[in-house]
Amino acid sequence: MPETLNPPRLLPSGDSAITVEFSRTIDEAANRRVLALDRLIAAEPIAGITETVPTYRSLLVHYDPVQIDFDALGEQLLARAEQALPTAAGTRRWRIPVAYGGEHGADLEDVAKTLNTTPDDIVARHVAGDYRVAMIGFTPGWSYLSGLETFLHMPRRQNPRLLTPAGTVSIGGIQTGVQCLAGPSGWHLLGRTAVRTYQLHRDPIFLLEPGDAITFTAVDAKTFADQDRAAEAGAFIAELVTP
Amino acid sequence: MSKLVVTSIGPASSVQDGGRPGSQRYGLTPSGAMDRLALAAANTLVGNDLFAAAVEIGPFGASFTAHGGAVRVALAGAPRNADIGGRAVAFDSSVTLADGETLTLGFARGGSFSYLAIEHGIAGEPMFGSLAVNARAGLGSPYPRPLQSGDELKTQAASGAAERRIELPATPEAPIRVLFGPQDDEFSDENKKLFVDSEWKISATSDRMGYRLEGPQIKHLHGHNIVSDGTVNGSIQVPGNGQPIALMPDRGTSGGYPKIATVISADFGRFAQISAGRPFRFKAVTMAEAQAETKTFRDLLRSLPDRLRGIDEFGLNIEALRDANVAGQAVSATDAATWQVAAAG
Repeated sequence: MPETLNPPRLLPSGDSAITVEFSRTIDEAANRRVLALDRLIAAEPIAGITETVPTYRSLLVHYDPVQIDFDALGEQLLARAEQALPTAAGTRRWRIPVAYGGEHGADLEDVAKTLNTTPDDIVARHVAGDYRVAMIGFTPGWSYLSGLETFLHMPRRQNPRLLTPAGTVSIGGIQTGVQCLAGPSGWHLLGRTAVRTYQLHRDPIFLLEPGDAITFTAVDAKTFADQDRAAEAGAFIAELVTP
Repeated sequence: MSKLVVTSIGPASSVQDGGRPGSQRYGLTPSGAMDRLALAAANTLVGNDLFAAAVEIGPFGASFTAHGGAVRVALAGAPRNADIGGRAVAFDSSVTLADGETLTLGFARGGSFSYLAIEHGIAGEPMFGSLAVNARAGLGSPYPRPLQSGDELKTQAASGAAERRIELPATPEAPIRVLFGPQDDEFSDENKKLFVDSEWKISATSDRMGYRLEGPQIKHLHGHNIVSDGTVNGSIQVPGNGQPIALMPDRGTSGGYPKIATVISADFGRFAQISAGRPFRFKAVTMAEAQAETKTFRDLLRSLPDRLRGIDEFGLNIEALRDANVAGQAVSATDAATWQVAAAG
């Protein structure tokens, strides 16, 4: 991919974090390199790194500058970035049920209108997609997925909503995503899932990992309601699909 | 078991500690105290770990009443009038409330956040190793939300240890130091210069997520949408309207606006304490300088136990009282006679 930077750029995010930037755009190849570097650092830790945060195009590396300075860490990160090979092997795949449209997906009709098609076609296309968790961010469990088909790409809403429901599945720009908590969003709401990507007092608290593969299945509102009750009690609802 | 009951409290007050870093990859922001030095000083005074949970009190007044026994506390951070039943209480000092006594705090002066540490800490159920409130994520203990009147902070009875004061270095009236980046290349040199050469104010609509900065409009070179990437405490992002927002401990873990600069970690607490509407400036520094300052700040935190001092036999702490009253009108900072009157009153 032409957008992928090789070697990545090292950008200071203050005195205690480095952004290792592989691309300036949303780029599948760059994201795979981000996740590969993240995995390599987890497997072979560098003393002084306190936390890593993968995003679409960069890995944010938090560190303790008293233990290692910017230049020394930067050098090691570049070496690791060269070593880290993106692999698709070993990724988990989850099947996530979604109740599309109606009260659960307030924008489904409008999205269909804008794209000159039917709500059923939008659902069929969204369900047919093969997605990957490119990053989790903004609020706990908000999972940004790559792999949305070009037909469904559309600009975000002019007026972001201040409150969108927990479990909303939406599209925005060239991305789709699953949010866990109720909160503001400028994306188009297609449906809701009962899956809690973040739930306290459950093991694991965070269900999805960056790099996980995702497919969606459509369920009706009644099934959603049943699943929602089960999820509240701690059930994953998301189904782990063995490869 | 003793407890401190919140008898009155304004908004923006919550239990905070060192926060819960480590899960930012899942979108969980670290939260934690806005001013870590003040938190650590208050905790040191009552013998707690530096970053134990304490009450972070926002700009408005508050009062707390001891129940079920004596409760030993300490105040640090933004100074304010404080008294127990009319008896003045100094900042940067510990004090013990007898059962039934009420500690009353006025509005913050010359800062935004004060810290009330409680000897033996606040009883609660840590989540991700922290009691810090993050209301959006439903986290925080004993209450996963800002404090309200009637809330109870359970603790153990006061040890009866001698009261202490702590000698802290004066907070410099200097510009807030920043490092340019990570997206300073999204701005012209002229706009970067405008950012560091201008006077700024923090908007009254600011909160623990972000401080909105009021000042000149900072223009982008290539528009304001970038692909979201990671944020840190002190990231200064510039949205479409050109009015920067500095990200604070309850920030989103990722953001989609270009970040022109980042407040250095040693200055973060001082930045967080700037009251709304008060003019201040930024100053760009080098990475070497910022990282040297981080070491100095770490040394200061480590030195806190050595900075404890006794309080004289009358329970008065003249220096701290003077410091606490510098911004007040009632007391002359140079007139010893005034001191005694104020202290006796």
